[in-house]
Amino acid sequence: MVRHVIPSSYREALVHLRDGSFHIVAGGTDIMLKYRNAADLPPRFERDVLYVLNLDELKYIHVEEGVWRIGALTAYETLLDHPEIPDVFKSAWIDIGGPGLRHVATLAGNIANASPAADGIMPLYLYDAQVVLESCAGSRTLPIDAVITGPKQTAIGPQEMIREIIVPKHDFDVATWVKVGTRKADAISKVSFCGAIKVESGVIKDLRLTLGSVAPTVIRARDLEATVKGITLTALEARLDALLDAYAARIRPIDDQRSTKHYRQQVARNLIEDFLKQQIRKG
Amino acid sequence: MKPIKFILNDQPVEAHTNPSRRLLDVLRGDYGLTGSKEGCGEGECGACSVLLDGYAVNSCILPLASVEGRHVTTIEGYAKTQRFAVVKAAMGDEGGSQCGICTPGFMIAIESLLKKNPKPSEQEIRTGLAGNLCRCTGYNMIVKAVQKAAKVGEGLW
Repeated sequence: MVRHVIPSSYREALVHLRDGSFHIVAGGTDIMLKYRNAADLPPRFERDVLYVLNLDELKYIHVEEGVWRIGALTAYETLLDHPEIPDVFKSAWIDIGGPGLRHVATLAGNIANASPAADGIMPLYLYDAQVVLESCAGSRTLPIDAVITGPKQTAIGPQEMIREIIVPKHDFDVATWVKVGTRKADAISKVSFCGAIKVESGVIKDLRLTLGSVAPTVIRARDLEATVKGITLTALEARLDALLDAYAARIRPIDDQRSTKHYRQQVARNLIEDFLKQQIRKG
Repeated sequence: MKPIKFILNDQPVEAHTNPSRRLLDVLRGDYGLTGSKEGCGEGECGACSVLLDGYAVNSCILPLASVEGRHVTTIEGYAKTQRFAVVKAAMGDEGGSQCGICTPGFMIAIESLLKKNPKPSEQEIRTGLAGNLCRCTGYNMIVKAVQKAAKVGEGLW
């Protein structure tokens, strides 16, 4: 028989995680569907369940020098209402469900669920966000790429939970989000894209591109980004095709119920090309 | 098993049942509150919307355990308020309710929207109601109803 535990404090939650094996339910908007049962029957949870949604001590957005710190149980709707969160985050998050879903769904839940199609986590890669994991034994801070290791795979240990997400501030000239899906009511991404750039006197100081739903995890090719840092937009234009080819080699999409490998490969390339050409034109 | 204690339509209740059950099933089956409907059962259509501490949530994907200690208001509870009367009249005047299956969910979503933003723009109304589906009205009538309710009920939210 599955046990159901509602901890009254974060500390108590960590003690339960130390002593047992739990599904952690925050907003529950993914996990309740994953274990959905026939109508009017309880979900088919496979392990004991720890319900953490009401741990208010993990609901916060701290604006600090150089970073935002987002408590793990802060709902998406609260994040969307915050005046200082950059638009690129908000434009990705506003596409997640409707307000009713976003009043309970959390960014930390999207990280722990580790779907390669999750829209919410894409800007975290763009901003080099870090995730603080904690257990009774202590806490550790990992970059987002090290937390999500594959589809539905994470580095989060069985005794750990996400405490907070640290997002460094950046002054990009442009930071954009593009989602390619089907009709809005059924819009899990086929391909998603984030791009950000910082240019000074025609020279690229920073360029970051992330792609979602085209590989086992979100893609961010830091080595390719490094090859264009410090060059001019004119020089970028000259090597655009080579760069697009290099990205194409990193994109390893699959055929699934939402789209095909061929379509995703082409669309991902087009999204990168479109973003870079826009910057070159502006330059 | 410990009961789940929460405030349901302003009354304290103790639910002696499996805490992982969907709030929707508990409301309909255990409390006879059948105003909240199951449409899609996966948080897409909003027919099951209820207010959790004043804001809309999808009760079809919320486990009962998550409402421990919190306020749940269903359409039956909301129907006793002055705000409801204003929204109901506006929905009637503008033809915002036709077959009616989505209407309780829309009423909850409209309340949640106006509580956060008493004077929403048309775009803000559409974003605020994006989690609710209606196959009769084409939405424009519901948008007009919200605009009318916000105007007629100014000061209530």
